[in-house]
Amino acid sequence: MSALAALPSPTSPLSQPFFQHALLAGTLIAAACGLVGYFLVLRAQVFTADALSHVAFTGAMAALALGGDLRLGLLTATIAVALLFGVLGRRARPDDVVTGSVFSWLLGLGAFFVTLYTTSRSTADGTAGVGVLFGSVFGISAGQATTAALIATGVCLLVLLAARPLLFATLDEAVAAARGVPVRLLGYGFLAVAGVSAAEATQAVGSLLLLGLLAAPAGAAIRLTDRPYRALILSAALAVWEMWTGLFASYALPKMPPSFAIMAAATAVYAATFLLRRPVGHPRTAAPAGE
Amino acid sequence: MLPTDAAAPAWSWNLIGDFQQMWSYPFMVNAFRAGTIVAVVSALVGWFVVLRRQSFAAHTVSTVAFPGAAGAVLLGVGAVYGYFALCIAAALVIAVFRGGGDREESALTGTVQAFLLACGYLFVALYKGLLEGPQTILFGTFLGITTTQVTVLLCVGAAVLAVLALIGRPLLFASTDPRVAAARRVPVRGLSLAFLVLLGAATAGASQITGTLLVFALMVIPAATAQHLTARPAAGLALAVLVSLTATWAGLTAAYYSPYPLGFFVTSFAFAGYLLALVPRALLGLRGRTRRPRTGLPPLEATG
Repeated sequence: MSALAALPSPTSPLSQPFFQHALLAGTLIAAACGLVGYFLVLRAQVFTADALSHVAFTGAMAALALGGDLRLGLLTATIAVALLFGVLGRRARPDDVVTGSVFSWLLGLGAFFVTLYTTSRSTADGTAGVGVLFGSVFGISAGQATTAALIATGVCLLVLLAARPLLFATLDEAVAAARGVPVRLLGYGFLAVAGVSAAEATQAVGSLLLLGLLAAPAGAAIRLTDRPYRALILSAALAVWEMWTGLFASYALPKMPPSFAIMAAATAVYAATFLLRRPVGHPRTAAPAGE
Repeated sequence: MLPTDAAAPAWSWNLIGDFQQMWSYPFMVNAFRAGTIVAVVSALVGWFVVLRRQSFAAHTVSTVAFPGAAGAVLLGVGAVYGYFALCIAAALVIAVFRGGGDREESALTGTVQAFLLACGYLFVALYKGLLEGPQTILFGTFLGITTTQVTVLLCVGAAVLAVLALIGRPLLFASTDPRVAAARRVPVRGLSLAFLVLLGAATAGASQITGTLLVFALMVIPAATAQHLTARPAAGLALAVLVSLTATWAGLTAAYYSPYPLGFFVTSFAFAGYLLALVPRALLGLRGRTRRPRTGLPPLEATG
């Protein structure tokens, strides 16, 4: 917070409403992505998240083509496909090839809906697709920002509440199942939550880039510490910090799109962890009960 | 480029006449030539991608063609250089920095992809007059492929397949059983690096014509279909090529007769084939036979 307090108040971007909205929504979305992303990386499911983020695009375009609300289509499609992946995968853990196959078909479907939308509706907004692909964090209204912040808070709370059993189920599936942890149910629940956060984050950084917000902070956190809970919190903190850096940098240099600035910050932090000596061995699969 | 009377051609069920009419347009002939090369190369490279469980890397490498093209246009050099430079660079970064197991690779690949896409977005934002929008680069267009492009594609494809044929046997060994292969002094790491570079080159060659989406679909879906049906390498490779060619030709034909994009048709036909291939196994599974052995341990533990 010191970075915020240090800024001069009169010319500060904080006095601009559009920036306040971006900051409110962006902060909570980043925190949610950091928490969800940690589990995605731990479960080696970043590819699933990638697929979900593209589904967000297909869903949004389908909703537009059929004349519905963009955000509703986006949310429905991501959750539905997240659950579909769960059904196709073993113990609600979709594998690489299943994800890849479903994913490329959904991309094709996205291309279909873009064409349908741009050819069938005379009032078509030609840049709507680009907005969904690359996000428009500086363009969200007060209402949208509040909704996004509320949903993101919900995602954060869910992940934190489920953190203990989810860690157990992720790190040692067989033992967790034997101890009566509902591994399948957690798998589905987690995929659904990942779908919601993908849909929410699309507003801020766009469907093509939200992968960075899910993968980079979590990847960096896992390289920095072996302790599960510490890494979880670190991942969320890094994501929020990167979001702030990106928003302020983009405000200072208007030529730089905010989505790019956020990704650049995230990548810089992740790349920096490669310069540090990595922790002994690689991520410990120690029992999560130990923290 | 699209002749006005070809915008709404009619399908007459006279197959020979239909094809003669479709191929009377040079752009369709070139589209079929390019499509065939892309289908064959992607299916063969893709068979190894699926075997090595590297769909995510393949998707990332194909996606970064977009920033490659945008960056090259911004710098005022030919887009071809951009495609090749970024596709191969991304493949190298993934190959060099992986090695911490599935988790590390998954986070690394995701970050590389998101960052390069963000760069692409920046390039487009800086270069307002980019002729083709990002959507065209992502989803491809088969109209207006020149004969020169087909020749370049053929050369790149032939080179990729030649290298693949050279390293095919050790790569197969290293992919199916990396530990035993390493013990037998097969250079597993070197092969993995070489394979990713091949993947980058194949993708860069193909995606400048068909869009990144189509290359990825042709890499993963036909190979996944083939591996569902047979475990034998030769039969699997042949089957993957067959599925890939069928989907591409059917897709090109369908796209010619309708206003919807090629990518949609090719991915849909290929995905339909994949679902069909799942049916026999699902039926057997219902009868409780040929279930995959439940080891209980998720695959990521094996790398620990």
